[in-house]
Amino acid sequence: MTARGKASRRGASRAKPGAQRDAAERSLRLRERRLRIRGEKVRAWGKGRGRPLGVLSGLFGFPAWTPFLEALAARRRVIVPSLPGHPGGGDFRRLDDLADWVIATQELLEAAGLEGADLVGLGPGGTLAAEVAAFSPASVRRLVLVAPFGLFDEREPVADFWAKRASELPGTFSAKPAEFAAQVLAQPPGADEVEFRVEQMRSLEAAARLLWPFGDRGLAKRLHRISAPTLLVWGSADAIVPASYAKRFAAGIAGRTRIRSLAGAGHRADFDAPAALARAILDFLT
Amino acid sequence: MKLLWFHLMPYTDLPEDFKQRHPSVWVDIDPKLFDPAKSHLMYNDFLDELEHAAELGFDGICCNEHHQNAYGLMPSPNLVAAALARRTRDAAICVMGNSLALYNPPTRVAEEFAMLDAISGGRLIAGFPVGTPMDTCFAYGQNPSQLRERYYEAHDLILKAWTHSEVFAWNGRYNQLRYVNPWPRPIQQPHPPIWIPGGGSVETWRWCAQLDYVYAYLSYFGYKLGEATMHGFWEEMDRLGKERNPFRAGFLQFVGVAETREEALDLYTEPALYFYERCLHVDARYAQPPGYMSEATIRARVKSQVVQAAAASATDSHAYGRPAFEEIVSKGYVIIGSPDEVAEQLREVAVNLNVGQLMLLLQFGNMNKDLVFHNTELFAKRVAPQLHGLFEDEWENHWWPKPLAARARAVPRSIA
Repeated sequence: MTARGKASRRGASRAKPGAQRDAAERSLRLRERRLRIRGEKVRAWGKGRGRPLGVLSGLFGFPAWTPFLEALAARRRVIVPSLPGHPGGGDFRRLDDLADWVIATQELLEAAGLEGADLVGLGPGGTLAAEVAAFSPASVRRLVLVAPFGLFDEREPVADFWAKRASELPGTFSAKPAEFAAQVLAQPPGADEVEFRVEQMRSLEAAARLLWPFGDRGLAKRLHRISAPTLLVWGSADAIVPASYAKRFAAGIAGRTRIRSLAGAGHRADFDAPAALARAILDFLT
Repeated sequence: MKLLWFHLMPYTDLPEDFKQRHPSVWVDIDPKLFDPAKSHLMYNDFLDELEHAAELGFDGICCNEHHQNAYGLMPSPNLVAAALARRTRDAAICVMGNSLALYNPPTRVAEEFAMLDAISGGRLIAGFPVGTPMDTCFAYGQNPSQLRERYYEAHDLILKAWTHSEVFAWNGRYNQLRYVNPWPRPIQQPHPPIWIPGGGSVETWRWCAQLDYVYAYLSYFGYKLGEATMHGFWEEMDRLGKERNPFRAGFLQFVGVAETREEALDLYTEPALYFYERCLHVDARYAQPPGYMSEATIRARVKSQVVQAAAASATDSHAYGRPAFEEIVSKGYVIIGSPDEVAEQLREVAVNLNVGQLMLLLQFGNMNKDLVFHNTELFAKRVAPQLHGLFEDEWENHWWPKPLAARARAVPRSIA
């Protein structure tokens, strides 16, 4: 917490009208909480006002607050708890099977105050959001899945993004490869080179632990349990999970579904088209 | 010192333009390149070569495990070892080895290795590799984030299966078996010597030291690059208070012997180029599935240029190079020369790296059986005698098989 944060808390104890104003101000700032889950401290970011909206990260997690999250926070109280193994997240190597992952995600949502809230999941975060909604339909109000993993059709396979040369990686994840390489894959100025690489590899390993080899952990058998109204969003140029998978998900989900395609965006649509993705989500949720 | 004859069993008929037209020798190599009729002859030549090496007095003969790989046609090394157990008498049979996490349940390894030990009369060396990412994660679909956990659990299960005197239940993280009770049990008690082929990770060195196993550095890039790794290994042994017994370490080296250096260059250039250009044409896409390498190893590699250089040569990690032939010889990937020249260089390698278990690739690339026999005979008759006594006076080899006495051993019936 910054010195400014402490000062505003001290101010809050003195005068009630000021407290309300401070609370309003705080909601406009990015706040970082440490959730205590089974003895671990897990990062949860919060920003914005209104009904809570949970966001579960995609591949590489959220090393930093992004324009996509900022656009959502303009209209909702966005809460971003870190997934196991992803930046800010807890230990993932104790998670062996799908049951472990689903319980870990539920505990994360509960600790973050997102039980029964609207939930957005990107890529692997989408897989976990869908699984939670299938295992425990009451725990999710409305669901947004952005290019989730979870199904596999060998006639139109999910790409093997684990098996890529370094030079192929940016174009695999993003339709803006040069920007993606510079802003997501490259070490930010001032960061410790070793720890940055380790954190990046750890997030990919955590995703691999959940998804290897291509993300099918039996979700097709559980989709019918998802009763929440569900938005399926895909970048039209997703080079990992084919955009046609939106229909496969929609066909299986019991709740009302809607499909949105983001023209020209790649797998990490939150990076390629942050404003358009946020607009699609907020339109669906309002 | 011990001299072991190691076969990779490469497919010897890859097309000349293989490197230009195909992305990888491993994992997704074009199935149409495989000719089953030719493979019949290859396998039988390879077995002849191994048997001949045993007859010529090599201390051991080695095979190993690879999957979907045109330079290693042994998805099941235990099949090869079984054939060798019947057709050889005294040589140690070194299976280098079984990738433990790929056997379901891992007690299969306890059973098959015990069978090999029984059939061979106690001549087995049991190799326990993790396996390369190509073999384990891509060909066999193992989750890279769980591979090592599975490997260590499989190891513990196999050791208990070999050494426990009662039937027991195994409630592991990855294996649940109500009744563990392998029949047969190994002749060598408490178990055959265990050798661990590995790259240059400190964790593996410590593990080998803790359990008193041989650490074998199997690189295709020769003794010069191997130096950094082996010196790192011995420094770690010093730190752990383990004596510098050279038999604690194994090392792999390509060798081509002829009457003269010129003749050797003439004989072995083509097969060496075949190996380094075609056989090692491995697509880098398969080198680094996330989780295959531990965080400690990633840290060490990003930090240390020395370890990085060694890592580049590790066969179970990444960075498969395709060097020019001058480099292949000058950097010592292949040691080439007259018998005396080869003996002198190998002595230097063994002393400098402090390696007592030397594994030799005397067949490589597309060498035919005649040339392999020639290389093997020259080595056995004129190189080996110059090396054999090394280390023997000073150190005891605790990691060598202890077979049944000759009079207690069966004599396989000869084939009519």
